[in-house]
Amino acid sequence: MSEIAEAVNLEFRYDEEAELIFENLNLSFKQGEMTAILGHNGCGKSTFAKHLNAILLPSGGKVYVDGIDTADETRLFDIRQRVGMVFQNPDNQIVATIVEEDVAFALENLGGPPQEIRRRVDEALQAVGMYKYRLHAPHQLSGGQKQRVAIAGIIAMRPKCIVLDEPTAMLDPVGRNKVMKTVKKLNEEFGITIILITHYMEEASQCKRVIVMDKGKVLMDDCPKEVFSNVDKLKEVGLDVPQATELVYELNKLGLSLDTHITDENECCEALLKLLS
Amino acid sequence: MAILKTENLTYTYSQGTPFEKTAVDNVNIEIERGEFVGVIGHTGSGKSTLIQHFNGLLQPTLGKIYLDGMDIWANKKNIRNIRFRVGLVFQYPEYQLFEDTVYRDIAFGPKNMGLSEAEIDGRVRRTAQAVGLSEEVLEKSPFELSGGQKRRVAIAGVMAMEPEVLILDEPTAGLDPGGRDKILGQIKEYHKMTGNTVLLVSHSMEDVAKYASKILVMNESRLFCYDTPQNVFRRSEEITQMGLSVPQITRVFDMLRQKGVDLNDEVYTVKYAVGLITEELRKRGKIDA
Repeated sequence: MSEIAEAVNLEFRYDEEAELIFENLNLSFKQGEMTAILGHNGCGKSTFAKHLNAILLPSGGKVYVDGIDTADETRLFDIRQRVGMVFQNPDNQIVATIVEEDVAFALENLGGPPQEIRRRVDEALQAVGMYKYRLHAPHQLSGGQKQRVAIAGIIAMRPKCIVLDEPTAMLDPVGRNKVMKTVKKLNEEFGITIILITHYMEEASQCKRVIVMDKGKVLMDDCPKEVFSNVDKLKEVGLDVPQATELVYELNKLGLSLDTHITDENECCEALLKLLS
Repeated sequence: MAILKTENLTYTYSQGTPFEKTAVDNVNIEIERGEFVGVIGHTGSGKSTLIQHFNGLLQPTLGKIYLDGMDIWANKKNIRNIRFRVGLVFQYPEYQLFEDTVYRDIAFGPKNMGLSEAEIDGRVRRTAQAVGLSEEVLEKSPFELSGGQKRRVAIAGVMAMEPEVLILDEPTAGLDPGGRDKILGQIKEYHKMTGNTVLLVSHSMEDVAKYASKILVMNESRLFCYDTPQNVFRRSEEITQMGLSVPQITRVFDMLRQKGVDLNDEVYTVKYAVGLITEELRKRGKIDA
């Protein structure tokens, strides 16, 4: 069992007078896992994510990426090559005027033979389904397409882990779906560890593990079915559950005893059929 | 009489160039005063172009727009007045805050309308309260606030003009579920309090289903339909085909129907679904009345 990222007794404050955002936070992520992090705005999830590739450094405790201490400045390139980040706004992440040049940007900075860069850029664009747009200008693309180009730029570096901070918040349902499919594929086919910060419960329910954060602490850490069965607790911290789960929850409040682990419409439909027959 | 009405409304971008594109194609619609309208359509369907016509930000290539029976482009000089009567809140409106205090930012619109100091003061305080901003916040710089608070300041700035029609383009994008419910609840409250017409552009069918009395669906530059949520979600198959989604709860009941349990084809909120299931159980004698 190898850990790709690990926070040990993590403490963080933005400056000395500021309040502690984390106190004694312990979390670890195994290579190949796909995890969602949920929590309301300001709960510390983005601050945590920024620790995973040394954008922020701990005020106390340690963060390790693939065994490397993120506080070790001499290893900064190694850390960022292993953990890539994708942010919410696609327009803030694209630097070049041609899609393929944008994807090549980080690789070119790392150096390496041009043929290798060419090969990796093509591969990355194919992996996110944007190869045929490689010669387009980014502004001609939709938000979802731009987000996939941003992801390609990261895959080209062959990272072991990708952290996505609300990558679909600015996208429409179609764009959202395509980005999620891409992310899942990267996890399943290439074994890339995925850490997905999201406000969409249906995205979280597609992950194997869901972490709920509140006030800088881990409130829940389990598979989606277990997490979503805590409807009251989730609502308390300003989160939501899928409608299928909510229906079951409401019916159970009226005295029925349906399976509280239902999250998708198939299971919900089956349970209702059984109930009515 | 309809508060907003379009007649053969057509808008073509970059006309006469190779990039020519008709974004709104022959739209005819009548929106009654006091409706809460959910506007849906995938990216590029023309919904943003359409709503930008309602307060005269875009001038139609063809066709007409009437506000309360008056052609808004009949007198070009009058268009400034139209913008006071139809308020538009853009996506990510917090990027448009610019004053040094929250109070002054909210007061900006009413001030431009030439209202008296006392009236402006009353409106600023009323709307701030309506969107859940406390008195202390009013004296702060908008840039000291959290993202959700900033968003509410920006919305209050438009509400304070008390427009007859309030249009919001994805007011909850990027907010957590708690913040989302709060803002939508406040918009609903504003709607109830003032009786003004509200248009809410959203990608979330769940939200539209929960709040709207009518739904306007744009597809490929055309008006697909304008109808009650019941009638719109009854066409869930067509809606799914155009790349939109229907609420998860609607999908559950669509599945049940396919399996031979036809309860109702108008299920789009959890609350309604709970009622429907318990009623059915009662009918089947599975629970006591």
